[in-house]
Amino acid sequence: MDKFIRLRAIAAPLPMANIDTDMIISQNHLKTIKRTGLGVHAFANIRYHDDGSEREDFVLNKPAYRKAEILVTGENFGCGSSREHAPWALKDFGIKCVIAPSFADIFYGNCFKNGILPIKLPQDVIDLLMDDASRGANAIITVDLELQEITGPDGGIVSFEVDPYRRQCLLNGLDDIGLTLQKKDLIATYEAKKRLSQPWLFKD
Amino acid sequence: MPKTLYDKLWQSHIVEQQDDGNCLIYIDRQIIHEVTSPQAFEGLRVAGRPLADKHAMLAVPDHNVPTGADRATAVNAEDSQIQLDTLASNCQEFDVEYIPMLDARQGIVHIVGPEQGFTQPGMTIVCGDSHTSTHGAFGALAFGIGTSEVEHVMATQTLVLSRLKNMRVDVDGDLGIGVTAKDIALAIIGKIGTAGGTGHVIEFTGSAIRGLSMEGRMTLCNMSIEAGARCGLVAPDQVTFDYVMGRPKSPKGAAFEQAVAYWKTLPTDEGAVYDKEIFLNAEDIAPQITWGTSPEHVLPITGIVPSPDDEPDADRKIAMQRALDYMGLIPGTKLQDVTIDRVFIGSCTNGRIEDIRAVAEVVKGKKVSSNISAWAVPGSGLVKLQAEDEGLDQILIEAGFEWREPGCSMCLAMNADKLGPRERCASTSNRNFEGRQGPKGRTHLMSPAMAAAAALTGHLTDIREL
Ligand code: SF4
Repeated sequence: MDKFIRLRAIAAPLPMANIDTDMIISQNHLKTIKRTGLGVHAFANIRYHDDGSEREDFVLNKPAYRKAEILVTGENFGCGSSREHAPWALKDFGIKCVIAPSFADIFYGNCFKNGILPIKLPQDVIDLLMDDASRGANAIITVDLELQEITGPDGGIVSFEVDPYRRQCLLNGLDDIGLTLQKKDLIATYEAKKRLSQPWLFKD
Repeated sequence: MPKTLYDKLWQSHIVEQQDDGNCLIYIDRQIIHEVTSPQAFEGLRVAGRPLADKHAMLAVPDHNVPTGADRATAVNAEDSQIQLDTLASNCQEFDVEYIPMLDARQGIVHIVGPEQGFTQPGMTIVCGDSHTSTHGAFGALAFGIGTSEVEHVMATQTLVLSRLKNMRVDVDGDLGIGVTAKDIALAIIGKIGTAGGTGHVIEFTGSAIRGLSMEGRMTLCNMSIEAGARCGLVAPDQVTFDYVMGRPKSPKGAAFEQAVAYWKTLPTDEGAVYDKEIFLNAEDIAPQITWGTSPEHVLPITGIVPSPDDEPDADRKIAMQRALDYMGLIPGTKLQDVTIDRVFIGSCTNGRIEDIRAVAEVVKGKKVSSNISAWAVPGSGLVKLQAEDEGLDQILIEAGFEWREPGCSMCLAMNADKLGPRERCASTSNRNFEGRQGPKGRTHLMSPAMAAAAALTGHLTDIREL
């Protein structure tokens, strides 16, 4: 997995609440057996016209935001379907950090597995960042996971909280399956106990 | 200290309490389908990792399968077929039990698991699908996960999780005539919103919940995710044990007795404390209908299309206007005056035998309105066979319904079953997001009986007046 340590990038404002994962990547783009290549389809329904041409009013189509790597958005981002295609699509587009007042639980977890940092902040802080993000090409902010700080274009600093385990995995680009496999013995011990107390759960 | 059902499920699955507060949690069962598993198998292959326990897995294709009568020979879209073939070949390579499309047991993952007895109380159950919350109806800790987590479970039989909070939704009293588990689910979402349960497990309690069949409890837990909660729970009781008994993968004989004795220890202890509690009166719940593009855009069928002018919050006002434009609705219109084009009975929310029975009861001896195309898509092959045994298929067909083969079908339009642009559908599924049932398609969520009533009249209809 890609590491996430510090990111200095353009932030795009997407001030909508309840953006669901169907909206981030619609079902007709789920028929892939790969993790890559979904970026062009991200937000397709609000990003393109029916004939496939770009909608000028969609933020990521505007010249200043085409290279945005941070999204500042509304509450309950990523609700609905558990599809990991949603973070895959964001990642493939180039988004590495999403900042919102709240996230849906499954999407939130899926981000960390893909090197994307989701940051929860109170609404009043989001309002300020949304202002910052609205400055077009000047909407450059810095997200530092090590210090757990966001620095706005004017140098204002906000700090944020993040789960220590997930932070560690992101900072080091750790493969968490590998980490868990180091605990094979613990898992085997648990399983052995369970075979005795709940034998009906096991086939062999 | 008295514990909740969730506390017990959580604590009994802790492999390790990590220093950072997270826990390594043991996962008893994983169900997989063709859309969210290919990248997980690929990950295992690339890393050269074996499955931790192939017996803990069950695979069935559902999202992409054709549901027409000619499904055996139907030419599927190429990309759909690739996903279906990939699931079959992955299951063969990793020796995972796989139920093929033409097997009578095939169907939607969340219908097949319980039907086969794969789902049991006290378990942790995962699937790369958010409606895995359905299985919580058995008093199992069941939740949807992303594909990376699917791979993590495949390789380790565990997940690293942080503890959720306990929320109780209590529905007490008797449900009115024509009011079902679906209406309870929609009414709860209307009350707490689509983010109301975020970060929580919802345990449903109260006499109205105890009175529900397993099918009804599954409908309710299915839609916990629409209330933001990754898991829904109903404490196991005799209704649960009776449902589980005798199924192909259920414990048998003495093992079953031993299991029941354990399952009886699971319900929440007297005096246990929840982080959040919500109370509803069953008598107050009317049949529900969604009018917009979020499950929280819901009203009793007696309501009128709301106006953004009455919404004080600026962001909500914009979202509401957008929803009304998308749905092609004018504020002030009576919901019952909204005419429809299509009816969809099915999905993991309402594709079970009871749902088909409810529809048959409403449409028996009557005719679907002439301008309506009405579909009934059983949730599994076994539901289909059972309905046919009971003669329900004939009742539906005579009324003018199309009786189809099992699958997710028009719940999410990944297959050939879709709404056309601006087509309006009375649907028993669970999501009314923009484009969910087809690009520009318009979805109204409701119970099977309400959808059946709408099929007969051609407009949204109060089942109690039919
Ligand atoms: S029926 Fe619909 S909600 Fe259920 S698993 Fe299939 S697509 Fe998902």
